Amino acid sequence: MNVPSNLKYTKSDEWFDPSSGAMGITDFAQSQLSDIVFIELLVEEGDEVTAGKAIASVESVKASAEIYASAAGKVSAVNKGLADKPETLNSDPFGEGWMIKVAGGVAGDVMDAAAYEKDCAGRAH
Amino acid sequence: MATIVEPTIFELSSPGRLGVTMPASDVPTTALPPKNLLRSELPLPELAEVDVVRHYTKLSKFNYGVDDGFYPLGSCTMKYNPKINEDTCRLPGFLYTHPLQPIETVQGNLVLMYELQEWLKEITGFEGMTLQPAAGAHGEFTGVLMMAAYHKSRGDAKRTKMLIPDAAHGTNPASAGMLGFSVVTIPSDARGNVDLKALEAACDDTVVGMMLTNPNTLGMFDEHIEEVIALVHKCGGLMYGDGANLNALLGIVRPGDLGFDVMHINLHKTFSVPHGGGGPGSGPVGVSERLLDFLPSPLVDIIEDGDDEMEPLYGFVTPKKSIGRMKAFHGHFGGGLVRAYTYISMHGPDGLKDISQYAVLNANYLQAKLRSTYTIPYDRICMHEFVAEGQFAGSDVRALDIAKRLMDYKFHPPTNYFPLIVHEALMIEPTETENKDTLDRFADALIKIAEEAKTQPELLHNAPLTTPFGRMDEVKAARELVLCCWLPENYETLT
Amino acid sequence: MTYIPISPNERDAMLKTVGVKSLDALFDAVPQKHRFPELDLPPALTEMEAASLLSEMANTNENVREHLISFLGAGAYNHYIPSVVDHILRRGEFYTAYTPYQPEISQGTLQAIFEYQSLMTNLTGMEVSNASHYDGATATAEAVSLAFAQFRGKRKKVVMSPAVHPQYREVVRTYTQGMGLEEVGDDVSIDPEVEPDAMMSLVDENTMLVVVQYPDFFGRIYDYTKLVEDAHAKGSLVCIVANPTAMVMLKTPAEMGADVVVGEAQPFGIPLWYGGPYLGFFTTKKSYVHKMAGRLIGETVDNRGQRSYVLTLTAREQHIKRERATSNICSNQGLLALAAAVYMSTLGKTGLQQVANLCYQKAHYAATELSKIDGFGLCFSDPFFHEFVLCCPKSGSEVNEYLLDHGILGGYDLGKDYPSLENHILMAFTEMNSKQEIDTLVEVLKEME
Repeated sequence: MNVPSNLKYTKSDEWFDPSSGAMGITDFAQSQLSDIVFIELLVEEGDEVTAGKAIASVESVKASAEIYASAAGKVSAVNKGLADKPETLNSDPFGEGWMIKVAGGVAGDVMDAAAYEKDCAGRAH
Repeated sequence: MATIVEPTIFELSSPGRLGVTMPASDVPTTALPPKNLLRSELPLPELAEVDVVRHYTKLSKFNYGVDDGFYPLGSCTMKYNPKINEDTCRLPGFLYTHPLQPIETVQGNLVLMYELQEWLKEITGFEGMTLQPAAGAHGEFTGVLMMAAYHKSRGDAKRTKMLIPDAAHGTNPASAGMLGFSVVTIPSDARGNVDLKALEAACDDTVVGMMLTNPNTLGMFDEHIEEVIALVHKCGGLMYGDGANLNALLGIVRPGDLGFDVMHINLHKTFSVPHGGGGPGSGPVGVSERLLDFLPSPLVDIIEDGDDEMEPLYGFVTPKKSIGRMKAFHGHFGGGLVRAYTYISMHGPDGLKDISQYAVLNANYLQAKLRSTYTIPYDRICMHEFVAEGQFAGSDVRALDIAKRLMDYKFHPPTNYFPLIVHEALMIEPTETENKDTLDRFADALIKIAEEAKTQPELLHNAPLTTPFGRMDEVKAARELVLCCWLPENYETLT
Repeated sequence: MTYIPISPNERDAMLKTVGVKSLDALFDAVPQKHRFPELDLPPALTEMEAASLLSEMANTNENVREHLISFLGAGAYNHYIPSVVDHILRRGEFYTAYTPYQPEISQGTLQAIFEYQSLMTNLTGMEVSNASHYDGATATAEAVSLAFAQFRGKRKKVVMSPAVHPQYREVVRTYTQGMGLEEVGDDVSIDPEVEPDAMMSLVDENTMLVVVQYPDFFGRIYDYTKLVEDAHAKGSLVCIVANPTAMVMLKTPAEMGADVVVGEAQPFGIPLWYGGPYLGFFTTKKSYVHKMAGRLIGETVDNRGQRSYVLTLTAREQHIKRERATSNICSNQGLLALAAAVYMSTLGKTGLQQVANLCYQKAHYAATELSKIDGFGLCFSDPFFHEFVLCCPKSGSEVNEYLLDHGILGGYDLGKDYPSLENHILMAFTEMNSKQEIDTLVEVLKEME
């Protein structure tokens, strides 16, 4: 499982990149969901998001999930291309699979990579 | 390019071929509407009758129904569908009556609906009954609408929480969601009952009610059912019963007597209406006295009393504070109500009790036979179904593999991966219409599969091997989304 | 009578395996004071007795094939159903199967429903059809749910034409009472001179859906192209509730730009059956597929390389999405979708065109003849398909009563729903109405005092 050390993580499996303001879902999350076939971004550029607010809805072949903001801030960019290529969330969740970016993001209730890795290990069945 | 086992009806089409044709017009011809109001093409197939019959007959052979064999699909009650029902529901008097005919001309239909309503009330112990809902989920939605309307009528606007056990069917939270209620999940305890402590903690004056399936999807009759209902009532909530599992309760206990306020009944489960490959179902809803005024409109009732010479007149009434109409017309009359009426009339009180007793006996018998091979996480006397774990220590075989392998033994698999609170769940509901030999053969097959899981796991991973089709690529279906087929290119446009 | 195939000896052996003494002992978990109630129900009948009882009940009705000449439509139509349809429906492999959750042994249902979807998209011109809803009314309500989900609750207004079936409008209101919507437009004080576009003045930036019917409840054929354009200009979606038989002849709702096309497919091979079960069809554009409720069948391949079909995009549905699902719908009208597929295939392009043409011709002949009677006439001057509004010299209920005395099931009494149309009835004609029947109607009405 891939857990980049420069990112922050939520208990609900979203990541936040403090340097770029980007956020998305983790490798663990995409593997749990399996093949993702649909993503709908629920926020637009210019919206204010608070940490924990739903920013996207994702559906896979077997599951569906709401994705929550890992940080608060004003949305500076949304990854519009994801809608046409939802499988990107499986193949590159930390890169091309970013969902939105916020300006001056303030992380919500997040943990570092080591803590997140431990948390996932505890949940893995 | 994929191999085509049976072409689609479009691929079988050939321009100019005729099927059933209509008589020539016997009235003077009127010009059609102006061309700008007409369609320019009609891309529909052209086949002869025999082409159509062979095509759909061939397709039918790719299916597996209750008529083909054992179908132990948990919570779906796949019992035998008596053939007489197929005849009664097609009597011309039922087939050819229009839903908007004056009531004087359809007293036969209305008597049937009224009596079925009364019978279902008697069987379930409720004060009122609507036959209108089209299916179980539709009945649930009807019930939740009534719960909302009840609280609203009392000016009790702060109730927004629906309590739903973790073992519930997905339709329960979805029904609550349709009214914008938030769902509070209540865990089950170690014996498969509602966790009373957790329930008590969740009960407050914001509770709309609780939606409970009893027996639940583990096949367990809640051992504290009266306490559960009392707790919900104490905080002002209403008790919703999901009647999916009513097949365990006929003549055994009446949900209305236990204190449930509202419950839907699946005529297509308990009362032998066939499932039809996914519908139509039929989901009447019973209510306690305090919800009578909220029932959907219209309801069948006696609108003029009879006497020695005159039969009473049956017709429609609208309850005082009705939530409104749930569908056009009166419910699934022909396909649902007539079949269920036929079935109940042929059972009587003792016959109904037999149904539930034997449904429960069959489930317990299978459970007893499988106990030493499969883990039964909630192991006590079950009702009409039980849940086993489809996994073995040290093996990568999953419930899905076991389910697929059962097809090679010519059985329909049980429900799998539900309820969500059991890992690798296999939910088995044999129903009362299976004999001991079938149950023995099924148990033997499952035991043999458990053995195969140890010795030849690949066999299970690749199963089924003997069915006309193998496992499907579901990811491809969802990613490429081919949702309809089209006519071949030699199709001609209208002139 | 029983369908339980277990002998007393077998029962005893099974009880022994379970480890209980009697059948009653299986129910100790049930509170004792409520256990084993005496049910007050009539005693069991044998099959022969039940068959006779049900026959008697059915014969109490006056039906539209044997007793009454019928001109009643209004959402349920008396069409001929080719014999083939019921023969296919009676195959146990189809009607005794469950929802096709196990595709390896359900390809019959899956391919048949896939074909149904294809037939409906080709008929409506839309891109996607689901596997069906309960009926036309609930399909209309689900169109509102789709729009609500599409705008994520940000738009709250639904503009409904008063010429949408009154019962459909009622069902939409029942379904949406938890959504906090504003439902406007269906002012029932109908003025026959006012065009349906008039309600466009109500469409604004808060409107999520405009709902119109085609042909409308009064039978009128309108080209909604302009209305759809105007609604789209405000960002609203448009749902057209369409009659399937009429669509065989008329410009498709897709050509008009509709976003959702729904309706009642009962005319396609499903008996009147006193109102149900029927078949709600639901078609839309591919871009809305993820917001669409209901089952959906998609094409794929199996692990042997064979073309096959599965339920797809199931994560939209209640069993996965639970309280976040667009709808709680779980079943579809599977067997009746099969009926519609067989009906459309058996009649085929030519047969269906013949049906549509006969409906049109009979209705127009009747309109011409009825208009000749003193005091009667057509209420609307617009083109119509197989239903029209007849103005009468008396109230609709009086006219219908008079007709019934003469063995004729008259039209739908519009005064019940539209106060300004008290003396109006909605008359429907299909291929089942012979010239002789229509002439009888005319003769009887001529004699009305």
